Amino acid sequence: MKKYVDDFKVIKNERLNHEYLVLTLKHPDKMPEMMPGQFVEVRVDNGPNTFLRRPISIHDVDYENNTMLLLVQEIGEGTRLMGKLKEGDNCNLVYPLGNWFALPDKPRVLLVGGGCGIAPLLFMGRRLKANGIEPRFLLGARSSDGLIALDAFKELGEVYTTTEDGSAGTKGYVIHHPVVKTHTPEIDWIYTCGPEAMMKVVAKYAGNHDIRCQVSLENHMACGFGACLCCVAETLDGHKCTCTDGPVFDSTYLKW
Amino acid sequence: MTASGTFGYGEEFMDFFEISCLGGVLVKGTTLNHREGNLYPRMAETPQGMLNAVGLQNKGVHYFADHIYPRIKDYDTHMLVNVSGSTIEEYVETAKVVNDLEKIPGIELNISCPNVKEGGMAFGTSCPSAVAVIEAVRKVYDKHLMVKLSPNVTNIAEIAKAAEDSGADSVSLINTLLGMAINAKTRRPVLSTITGGLSGPAVKPVALRMVWQVAQVLNIPIVGMGGIMNTNDAIEFMLAGASAIQVGTANFIDPTVTEKIVHGIEDYCKEHGFDKASDLVGAMEV
Repeated sequence: MKKYVDDFKVIKNERLNHEYLVLTLKHPDKMPEMMPGQFVEVRVDNGPNTFLRRPISIHDVDYENNTMLLLVQEIGEGTRLMGKLKEGDNCNLVYPLGNWFALPDKPRVLLVGGGCGIAPLLFMGRRLKANGIEPRFLLGARSSDGLIALDAFKELGEVYTTTEDGSAGTKGYVIHHPVVKTHTPEIDWIYTCGPEAMMKVVAKYAGNHDIRCQVSLENHMACGFGACLCCVAETLDGHKCTCTDGPVFDSTYLKW
Repeated sequence: MTASGTFGYGEEFMDFFEISCLGGVLVKGTTLNHREGNLYPRMAETPQGMLNAVGLQNKGVHYFADHIYPRIKDYDTHMLVNVSGSTIEEYVETAKVVNDLEKIPGIELNISCPNVKEGGMAFGTSCPSAVAVIEAVRKVYDKHLMVKLSPNVTNIAEIAKAAEDSGADSVSLINTLLGMAINAKTRRPVLSTITGGLSGPAVKPVALRMVWQVAQVLNIPIVGMGGIMNTNDAIEFMLAGASAIQVGTANFIDPTVTEKIVHGIEDYCKEHGFDKASDLVGAMEV
């Protein structure tokens, strides 16, 4: 898929809570096709400590309006600067980068997200739905205020939630939710993105139940397009770049 | 030119611009045998720069010759191979294989990689070992031999002179500066290797100083690099004495930056009354 460098225009910066926001970015002309699981590299560029671009998952796209959504969690200086972007500001992106989630060969799918890792699952849910597959989402957070953008997910399919403190949904981690514990209704495919510890548990569960599982990694990277070789993951074939061979990998391909 | 390890094999950038505008591409560090490189994490962002500890991940020179060379040999620019090794024999064997590749007009002998346990930088930090590896490679390599120098030395001019006397056709400098980063929250090093190579604007003043020092003693051309982010930086290196420049880390931030610099140098020459870019070389007025 051809890659581009373009200035997008910020048309909305919607704050969801004290640490999450959704940026709506408008392409200058006609936005090229992008796939769920792919990401963009955002130029932050405002300070000495934000030298490199920031890799951010594509949360959703709207080809009709030539816009894309980025879900941003303010965890460092770069993402905090992104949080300060205002309507009308330019936002330079290298995009679309990386591979994407595969469509399942069986219809019963579960999309498991934790924290900011829910970002690509909305876009994937939309693609699944467009292909006649009903997405089901299992979203986890530390507490209820970390369960974000739920309405957008509910528009696409059933949403299950967990929180570590029990303030919403099932108390515990995603792996403790009844849908996973009882394996009912049946699951054929899992797509997961979030903290590595969560994904590892989900991948193990999938392995034990003969479920195909695709995971999306968030390794630190410098370039995002295969030039720097910094973001490697250990796979059955040795080191592979998360940015070009991933970010989506079959869980069984990773040396976890 | 684009610096080794920051531009892949050129292919990674073809969506962004036409690489024929470049003077050359230094393909990534190539060794005799396959190398997996270092463990993740290999990168740390630092003020105005980054540390890397990739560790020369590559599939070996034979794989390069059989599988990559056929794809890249007809690119309309100079494709040079960065050659590295752990022993003199490895450097020699690798250089021999590349010598037989008709469309590769030169190599950059990397005696300055800080991220490998054996060899690499060790060769480039003392005159006798630098001389030994350069002389050995010179015997088997007929085409342009560029030697990439380490900044992690007390007197870079001395090593540069030794390279010239050993048969180098040009020198390139600087490779990355040895550095490290610690995460105060976890009290652990950020890189799996603890130390790594620093690049980016943070190293530019050091690089510029070294290019200037080397230019005082060398007759062969100097290829300058170290934190070049834009045309102005490139011009500074040329004024300090570099006949050509390489752009490295900036490729990660703006994949089209080299094309901009190529045109920027042309514009600078027109604006300041220089007939050709080579008139800028060493033109700093003191």
